[in-house]
Amino acid sequence: MNGVAYFPGCSLKDTARTFEASAAYVMETLGLPLVELERWNCCGTVFSLTDDDLMHHIASVRNLIRTREAGADTLVALCSMCYNTLHRVAERINGDDEARTKINEFMDREVDYDGSVSIAHLLQVLRDEITWDRVSEAVVRPLDDLTVAGYYGCTLVRPRSAAIDDPERPTALADAAESVGATPISFPFQTECCGTYQVVDRRELSLERSYRVLRSARAAGADVIATACPLCQFNLEQASKELPVEQNENPPAVVYFTELLAVALGWEPTEASESLQGVLERRGVPVEGGA
Amino acid sequence: MEEATARMTQIFIMGKAYDVPVGITIMDAMEYAGYRFIRGAGCRSGFCGACGTVYRKEGEYRLEFALACQEMVEEGMHLTQLPFTPAPRADYDLHALDANENVLLQYYPAIARCVSCNTCTKACPQDIEVMDYVQAALRGDLQQVTELSFDCIQCGLCSMRCPADIKHYHLAQMGRRLYALTESPVPAHLTERVRELKAGAHDAALDELVSMDLDGLKARYAAREIEKVSEGSE
Repeated sequence: MNGVAYFPGCSLKDTARTFEASAAYVMETLGLPLVELERWNCCGTVFSLTDDDLMHHIASVRNLIRTREAGADTLVALCSMCYNTLHRVAERINGDDEARTKINEFMDREVDYDGSVSIAHLLQVLRDEITWDRVSEAVVRPLDDLTVAGYYGCTLVRPRSAAIDDPERPTALADAAESVGATPISFPFQTECCGTYQVVDRRELSLERSYRVLRSARAAGADVIATACPLCQFNLEQASKELPVEQNENPPAVVYFTELLAVALGWEPTEASESLQGVLERRGVPVEGGA
Repeated sequence: MEEATARMTQIFIMGKAYDVPVGITIMDAMEYAGYRFIRGAGCRSGFCGACGTVYRKEGEYRLEFALACQEMVEEGMHLTQLPFTPAPRADYDLHALDANENVLLQYYPAIARCVSCNTCTKACPQDIEVMDYVQAALRGDLQQVTELSFDCIQCGLCSMRCPADIKHYHLAQMGRRLYALTESPVPAHLTERVRELKAGAHDAALDELVSMDLDGLKARYAAREIEKVSEGSE
């Protein structure tokens, strides 16, 4: 395969289209294009922790089969939630012949899953396969003077077995920001939960958690918060819209990390989220053309 | 005179054994056995979706799904009819609703419960990739919902089997309607036809029929062109 087998997930096809578009631009530019899986289905969204609940792993397993059908043995996810679920299912099923047999027999009209697919997050591909140095070399519009708070949330770094980085002191997002000339900002809430699905029926709880993240990043001087999770993005952005008025002057823009990379590699900033466009303007990043 | 005897085979309708002629459909076999369909039978041609059927073949453990008017009986077949699925259909005004990417999820939230078990697909007598279109619905891809579900005849067997209580056939219908309204190109021939009709292309012919007496109508009906063979076919 010329490129990497890519799992979009549902959000990247509706509310998080900027995430997909920017990542596609980055990977195309770096010579390792994202090749979308055929017939992929929802990852299952949440990894079932019940020991004998194999039914809720089937959604992910089907995607692992699609990966084999595409001739690949690694599947790359962008959404950190999808990454987490797929990764934990692969980990749960790959080494467990009995569970795999049960699932294969249940699925019936499906090629058996052979337990050979591993899951990677795009950050890992950029860091380990492409390397940040090569990303730096490809920069045509350095994001000088832009301060970036990398927000990892939960699913990129927990549990430890699924962590793409040091779960306590991750640096992948900071390294990504640095590779395109931006200034990474460290802040104490970078691996705190945003409130996740609680936003549906306990909105206040979720908003409160997101405020804390947002305030902390803002106090640390961040122009933007970079995330890899559509749900974190949604929650933080909601919180930033509802911050009390007196504190609400230029709250950090909550963007996908790939938007920053893409703009630095020559993507038209007009393709990026409006909030990022606003920050780039304020920071004087040249919008016209590249270098 | 020699009596022609049909070769017979034994089947089980709701657990009771009947001898029926070989080579007939499930629907014909049930009528042969004395059942009379006042509901659950429609076009008898595999198009209307009214005669959903569940059966199991002798020696098999799997339940199979079909349309009674299409599937032939087999020796030892166990069967029953599931002609109607009482699944709720969402109320909506297509022209008034906000057709955003989450609109199917909003009206049919159970799609978020799909575990990708594929039981719906296995139940489909039309061989539609039902699970795949539910997945497409989940991400708001109306075009794929439309293309994958296009052959759906609304028999409802998918929804009868779904462990997540998804109303597949209803949501697919909503998806197709929305797609037609918002995304799919308007076919030129249809626009032209509607314009012709509105301009009264057939008004005179209809007026003529309305003014005819019964005998005249009968004569016209008897002399109608039953199937026009287009030139160059054969």
